[in-house]
Amino acid sequence: MTDLATARARRTRNSRALLLAPAMLILLVAATGPLLIVLVYSFLTPGDYGGVIWSFSTEAWMNVVVRRDIFTGDLQLADAHLSVLWRSVKLSIMTMILAFIFGFPTAYFIATRPRGQRDMWMLLIMIPFWTNLLIRTFAIMELIRNQGTLNTVLIWLGVIDQPIQMLFTEFSLLLGMTYVYLPLMILPIYASMERLDFSLVEAAYDLYATRLKVLRKVIFPLVKPGVVAGSILVFVPCLGAYVTPRVLGGGKQLMLGNLIELQFGQLRNWPLGAALSLTLLVIVMIALLFYVRAIGREGERNV
Amino acid sequence: MIDIQSLTKTFGTGTGAFTALDDVSVTIASNEFFTLLGPSGCGKTTLLRVIAGFIDPTRGTVALDGEDLLTRPPYARPVNTVFQSYALFPHMTVAQNIAFGLEMLRKPATEIAATVEEMLALVKMTEMADRRTDQISGGQQQRVALARALAPRPRVLLLDEPLSALDFKLRKNMQLELKRLQSETGITFVFVTHDQDEALTMSDRLAVMNEGRIRQIGSPRDIYIHPAERFVADFIGDTNFLQADLLGRTGDVARVRLASGAEIDARAATGMQAAGGQVTVAVRPEHATLETTGDALMTGRIANVVYVGTDTHYHVDLEGGARFIVRRQNTPGQAQDWQEGQEVGVSFPSGVGQVLRD
Repeated sequence: MTDLATARARRTRNSRALLLAPAMLILLVAATGPLLIVLVYSFLTPGDYGGVIWSFSTEAWMNVVVRRDIFTGDLQLADAHLSVLWRSVKLSIMTMILAFIFGFPTAYFIATRPRGQRDMWMLLIMIPFWTNLLIRTFAIMELIRNQGTLNTVLIWLGVIDQPIQMLFTEFSLLLGMTYVYLPLMILPIYASMERLDFSLVEAAYDLYATRLKVLRKVIFPLVKPGVVAGSILVFVPCLGAYVTPRVLGGGKQLMLGNLIELQFGQLRNWPLGAALSLTLLVIVMIALLFYVRAIGREGERNV
Repeated sequence: MIDIQSLTKTFGTGTGAFTALDDVSVTIASNEFFTLLGPSGCGKTTLLRVIAGFIDPTRGTVALDGEDLLTRPPYARPVNTVFQSYALFPHMTVAQNIAFGLEMLRKPATEIAATVEEMLALVKMTEMADRRTDQISGGQQQRVALARALAPRPRVLLLDEPLSALDFKLRKNMQLELKRLQSETGITFVFVTHDQDEALTMSDRLAVMNEGRIRQIGSPRDIYIHPAERFVADFIGDTNFLQADLLGRTGDVARVRLASGAEIDARAATGMQAAGGQVTVAVRPEHATLETTGDALMTGRIANVVYVGTDTHYHVDLEGGARFIVRRQNTPGQAQDWQEGQEVGVSFPSGVGQVLRD
């Protein structure tokens, strides 16, 4: 490399560092900083009235999975935490699957409409998404509570005598979360579906593939990146969902988000809250890792 | 044999309705290279898509070797298509693309492997078998699309302007290649194009279409030399149109009097009147000759001399106002050179002119 080129390279490097500085600063202060605080807190001792006492302890991390019997001091599995953890993961996966089952055909439907109509359909999908989360959740509550719309109609029709208990069950959580996060599934699938060259569908159809085969062998592989993205977009916020389980779970169907809030609030165990938050983060990271690898493999085959 | 009877396809309803196919009937023989030729919007692609099964016709029948095709979905028709955009599956390799149809037909793995091998050799793509479809050139994609459609051994191969995306040289090569593939495989080819050269070069027979109707069916030679009507004569090649009076007709020979007063025999259109009235006579530019004014059929003045390499085109303003083009092949040491502004005579042999139907 000539001197001139070296100098130019150095200059570019300097100005690049300078231009990147504000963004880096924000990332450091606003993202990494708070995360470090959470990490530090998770290794401290809880204060009596909330907050932390600055003495190192791994108790919080132990408490994520085990609890100490207050009389004998024996270690037992923390059933409460584990069941919340399990419920969070289970409901998130189920929500993801439900959102896929409803979202995929919807995205397909919209992508196959005439170009001029698609925006209108997408708008209809997006309007609820722009509505306040709390309002939407209470709307679901009104729909499924014992004296709610659904039960009233069913009783009036004579299908049932007694209202079905739907509120405060896992069903209500699933319904609520699927409803809330469905657009996040539809959007990326629609985006890949819209790019899909439908002459490929015709080609497959022409080459003796039945409708189902076309879906499995051509459409699905080609929109898979969208499906994976949508699944992650639904799974991640579901895992940390707070409002929906709070309102529709009625304190009986706790999820991780509620458990964490409980630790920082009523239970005044900030280190445990911090440790649970980081546990949540780890699960999310694992999910994202899966996503990156799935997309990466896809990328090797068709960029 | 594909038997198409009174096929009509109307898109839309009421005032916005558009008739893409208007009572089209044609019979395509087995092992034939049949071309549908026409300007864009003439219905040729619609006809192809009806045969493939992507469009349901409003009326009419399509039968393949006596079996009704219209009741079957595209995947149950022994007909494959080569798409204009090739439509290769981007998530599969070249070999996987070619194997797709065979896999859908649930052929045994060994047979699939053997057929793919054979097809790759047929289109000279053996070395590219494991490439992704975006790693090969347009011409190669074209050949893969062809191999993919041929692999399941369809009874009919439909080709929707498959050469239009290729450059001139490649297109010329592929034209011959397609012709070779057709005779080697013995499969009926139905080829759609708007390019008359392509149609004339490759086809056994061709149908000229316009505004949803078939205007004329015949061999390339037939259609070129004996266009039945003005549209066909105009669409294929260059043509001079002369107004003439019909004096009489015996069989397919018509006696006409040209505007210059000269009388000559021309070929009669099928189903034309026996005598009387104005007719149009079509004369190909290369069938006419320039000569001294003496005993020429018509006289005029050369308005333009256009040199195009193989030929020279002489644009002659005939007496009476019509423009007539004479094409002469350029040979080394050409004897007589006609100049712009020169008075000339224009003649064509008896029986060369074609009286048009309309």
